Amino acid sequence: YAAQQKTKLSKNLMRMKFMQRGLDSETKKQLEGEEKKIIGEEHWYLDLPALTKRQSFLLCEDLLYGRMSFRGFNPEVEKLMLQMNAKNKAEVFEDKTEEVDVSDEEMARRYETLVGTIGKKFAKKRDRVSYEEHENGDVKLPKEKEMFLKPRD
Amino acid sequence: MAEVVAVAAESLAGSRARAARTVLNQVVLPGEELLLPEQEDAEGPGGGGERPLRLNAGARSRVRVVCGPGLRRCGDRLLVTKCGRLRHKEPGSGSGGGVYWVDSQQKRYVPVKGDHVIGIVTAKSGDIFKVDVGGSEPASLSYLAFEGATKRNRPNVQVGDLIYGQFVVANKDMEPEMVCIDSCGRANGMGVIGHDGLLFKVTLGLIRKLLAPDCEIIQEVGKLYPLEIVFGMNGRIWVKAKTIQQTLILANILEACEHMTTDQRKQIFSRLAES
Repeated sequence: YAAQQKTKLSKNLMRMKFMQRGLDSETKKQLEGEEKKIIGEEHWYLDLPALTKRQSFLLCEDLLYGRMSFRGFNPEVEKLMLQMNAKNKAEVFEDKTEEVDVSDEEMARRYETLVGTIGKKFAKKRDRVSYEEHENGDVKLPKEKEMFLKPRD
Repeated sequence: MAEVVAVAAESLAGSRARAARTVLNQVVLPGEELLLPEQEDAEGPGGGGERPLRLNAGARSRVRVVCGPGLRRCGDRLLVTKCGRLRHKEPGSGSGGGVYWVDSQQKRYVPVKGDHVIGIVTAKSGDIFKVDVGGSEPASLSYLAFEGATKRNRPNVQVGDLIYGQFVVANKDMEPEMVCIDSCGRANGMGVIGHDGLLFKVTLGLIRKLLAPDCEIIQEVGKLYPLEIVFGMNGRIWVKAKTIQQTLILANILEACEHMTTDQRKQIFSRLAES
């Protein structure tokens, strides 16, 4: 009779860390799920329809920007008017094609030779020779530094 | 107008809530209860409080409806607190169930967060200015709340200056606070309004009417002569034109256009354009 009656361990004891090391992942997930359910049911909530209250007229009506200027009386305000009213109507801003002084192609060309010019400044005298040899436009980077090679046995 | 009020009174006497959808753009009176669209089927004709039993009670369609000014939540219905016309706006981006509000008229302003208002600086105490915005108490404006203001570089604001700013804190429990910069730190036209010009007061409903995107009055006014106007949501308008006479004419037009019909307005504008 004593063998049939197993000593039942309490729930809190089973939840302790050292008791859970022996469990497999499935039972662990089950236990976790049960715990979450218990915690979730304890949280109180209002069973009302979602009715948020806002006192502002801003989201009710689409109103224009409050500062206005007409016929060039205040040019800054007229610029602001265009900016703010366009923002309100969520218009896509015009792609500002920025006027650049130098085009992209020219920039790339200059950079190509720039790498060589600056590299020359930091190159040792030996490597500077290799720069001058190839000065017809294409830049050849100086060869890698020759490191000390360990003698093979 | 008399029949509209009679209908409203009748529904109040019958004490059956009307559906908000059926009352759009009609006059509603304080104390009326309105049903949201999702609750209409529950209250059928002659419902008498019957509700169809649902097996999945938790799966009620929750459309997030915003109740705007003039409305209050009462249980799961809308309770009207101001008299005016009921308006509705569909949600643009698809989230939520839209906004319901009452288009009412009043002269007394109550500070609301996010509103752009014109204030008059009444006092300067330490690090903050006290600004009169027409509400129950003066709003506080910190001297750091201007674009490019630092502890050493203080803004040039004197007592009696006009300020265009927005509220960051505005509720019934705290003193309202306003700033003259937006969330990115840019002025966006806020700050001290220039000298000269004229400040006058109108009703709150007129401001909203004049700031509507398709307002004809503003378009016609803009064609008269070069001028500048600033509208404050607290019912204050500041105008400035090249001469004092032009400024006064502009102020008179804006004050009077609330009670004019379209024809009267067009007459006045044509007379002005001639002179």
